[in-house]
Amino acid sequence: MTVARREKAIERALLVSALSAVSMLALIAAFILIEGAPVMLRHGISSFLAGTRWAPTKGSFGILPMIVASVVVTLGAMVIAVPLGLSCAVFLAEIAPRRAANFLRPAIQLLAGIPSVVYGFVGILFLVPLIRENLGGPGLSVLAAVVILGVMVLPTLIGIAEDAIEAVPRTYKEGALALGCTHAQAIRRVILPAARGGIIAAVILAMGRAVGETMAVIMVIGNAAIIPCSVLDPARTLTSNIALEMGYAAGDHQKALFATGVVLFAFIMVLNSIATMRIVRGRR
Amino acid sequence: MSKGLGHSTRAVSASWLAAAIVVAMALAGCGGRGGRRALVLAGSTSVQPVAELIAEHYEVEHPHHSVNVQGGGSTAGVRAALEGAADIGMSSRALKPDEVGLEPIVVARDAVVLIVHPSNRTTDLTPEQVRAIYTGRITHWSDVTGPKWSSDDRRDDIITLVTREEGSGTRSAFEEGVMAKADITPRALVQDSTGTVRAIVASDPNAIGYISLGMVSSEVRALTYGGVQATEETVEEGTYALARPFLLLTRGAPSGEAGQFIRFALSDEGQQLVVRAGYLPVRRLDP
Repeated sequence: MTVARREKAIERALLVSALSAVSMLALIAAFILIEGAPVMLRHGISSFLAGTRWAPTKGSFGILPMIVASVVVTLGAMVIAVPLGLSCAVFLAEIAPRRAANFLRPAIQLLAGIPSVVYGFVGILFLVPLIRENLGGPGLSVLAAVVILGVMVLPTLIGIAEDAIEAVPRTYKEGALALGCTHAQAIRRVILPAARGGIIAAVILAMGRAVGETMAVIMVIGNAAIIPCSVLDPARTLTSNIALEMGYAAGDHQKALFATGVVLFAFIMVLNSIATMRIVRGRR
Repeated sequence: MSKGLGHSTRAVSASWLAAAIVVAMALAGCGGRGGRRALVLAGSTSVQPVAELIAEHYEVEHPHHSVNVQGGGSTAGVRAALEGAADIGMSSRALKPDEVGLEPIVVARDAVVLIVHPSNRTTDLTPEQVRAIYTGRITHWSDVTGPKWSSDDRRDDIITLVTREEGSGTRSAFEEGVMAKADITPRALVQDSTGTVRAIVASDPNAIGYISLGMVSSEVRALTYGGVQATEETVEEGTYALARPFLLLTRGAPSGEAGQFIRFALSDEGQQLVVRAGYLPVRRLDP
């Protein structure tokens, strides 16, 4: 075997492995579409997406409450996570002494390693009673899910935002300081605007994580299929709808859960493509 | 061969090895029971866990037999038994008048019990009250029990309604027994297991939920329903209304291996397993 031929063979093998990951994605996408689309079309896409009554064993498949809940919970989690995560990223990248940063960074990454069922468990034992006793309502609520998710997405948000801030050329900061800016002014006026693309990508990827989270949410949100009117109301997200009912679902009910998956898939795809576009634009 | 290729070959053969181990494990798991055709049980997902438990012990006693328990729901179980797709059908409801040609054998009974927090003052609910609560017409405990406090702040008095997810056997037993075609309000909290329903009711003084009789524990209090307490006796007599039989169905009188399995389910050991799974036995057991 010549060296050139061997090289070719290795390249081919690598290409096949690369394609296998992509084809796995394509297969999964095709599968949930094939399973989910017919029931959506049969009941009408608008009555599926905009219907407010979910009673799948009685033939009502409206998932608007779940869509609203997913959006509300995700945005709510961002209200908590963005200020916290962004300040943490700035601190790590700009302010913290190297030693402190080297201690904090792995600690934050450890947060990502905690299984989501543990987050849910802490939520049920600690957060839910706290909400019920102090704010009223059943405790299992949008608020509980928002707080839990807000903490869960922090590692994603902090990691990517910190990278974005560190990718800002040093000369920007040096220039700002040379012009008489204080460090805080330089961060606010120069570094953060320059890192904007990456920071937005961080927020959007964190949103994707929040939309997709299932276990922790199912445990603390109460899973009532209604459009929540207050943060103390229970609600049901798209993911919890699938996980909650898949055990016993059969026939159209099962297909409707796949259709819920299609909607969720669309959500995640939109979020991820926005994030990718932002990262690419940020690099230029 | 050059050193570089040697490395990659090693990596590739390692991944082949991993794949081979996975395949071998899968084969060992599936093929361990030998080539005989298994006895197939199919139907109600409520009966399924009991049947699986019984099947496990049946296989230990009869090492050459293998039993395959599948879900699908009571209606599917009836159909499977009729069409011969399963040797034994499982149903958690009585047969309907048009479902003829099957031999129903009651192997266990289940009762659905309404539970509240131990501090709740309510002890009994009528079927009408339960329906009103679960359709969302009654939303406050004071409308059931009379005012709880002299103060007119009713915020702390709102009933926390807990139900099971769509498709659950317990939910369908509850809906058929109580709701009479009315829908459970979508405002109810939905939980996907008996354990979480019980945990919520145990921690929330205003909660109400329903679970299988066998799962009632001291953290919650069971309510009487229409004045009747759920016990082995009232369920057997039929005076407790929220009960359902667990049936095994065969086409014609059970014979052969199916008959052997059903005899095992009705034996002392089988009935003890029914109790262990949290349901009521159909034969009184000697302690």
